[in-house]
Amino acid sequence: MTSGPQPVRDPGLQPERTRLAWRRTTLSCTVAAVLAGKQALQGGPSPLGLLAVAASLLVWLAFVALAHRRMRDLSVPRPAVLTARTAWGAVACALLLTVFAVAIVR
Amino acid sequence: MNGILTSLRLWFAPARVRDEGETPDYRFSLANERTFLAWVRTALALIGGGFAVDQFLPDLRWAWRIGLSLTLLAVGALCSLRAVNHWVRCELAMRRGEDLPVTRFPAVLSLAVGVVALIMVVVVLFGWADR
Repeated sequence: MTSGPQPVRDPGLQPERTRLAWRRTTLSCTVAAVLAGKQALQGGPSPLGLLAVAASLLVWLAFVALAHRRMRDLSVPRPAVLTARTAWGAVACALLLTVFAVAIVR
Repeated sequence: MNGILTSLRLWFAPARVRDEGETPDYRFSLANERTFLAWVRTALALIGGGFAVDQFLPDLRWAWRIGLSLTLLAVGALCSLRAVNHWVRCELAMRRGEDLPVTRFPAVLSLAVGVVALIMVVVVLFGWADR
């Protein structure tokens, strides 16, 4: 631990701010997923509706896992750059919710 | 046209971003990441708005409800795709030491949101709420 210079804490708190941005985005995703689930159950439960609820729950879980991994990676003094795969993953969750919406809108 | 092809290639082979130029200060990359996340939240809010129109305005005429809802959902999807594209382009520009890309997208988006809001006000106010 004592070998080499201690990493200097960034006075601008950039990693912390980025972690909080991921948290906010997770909250937004939660709201969107809840609305998607509510949409699917409009007018009583049906097999297709329940399937859509399960699918939006899966999308939400995928987003939470993705955000959790990135937030863990951000808790070091000099975090690595966001990978394109993570970026695409986050966007894919938003797009999948849209696809469900279009499929069950009536 | 060449620009479109280049960005399409980067979409599908994003590892190439790291082959270009030099790695910028990590704080700049983090700022770029936060901007990306802010756009993703905007997209999610638009998508949530699309759901909300469909669920919370049930007295609206079917065509209006579906039209507004699908418009918001489409704008949200566009916004999220554009978020990745802009993030990749900013990251590239920073690595190459170029100016950050400028875009009309924020202006277009705010105009679109304004128009949708205006339509909703008109539709709800003028009692086209009868089915």
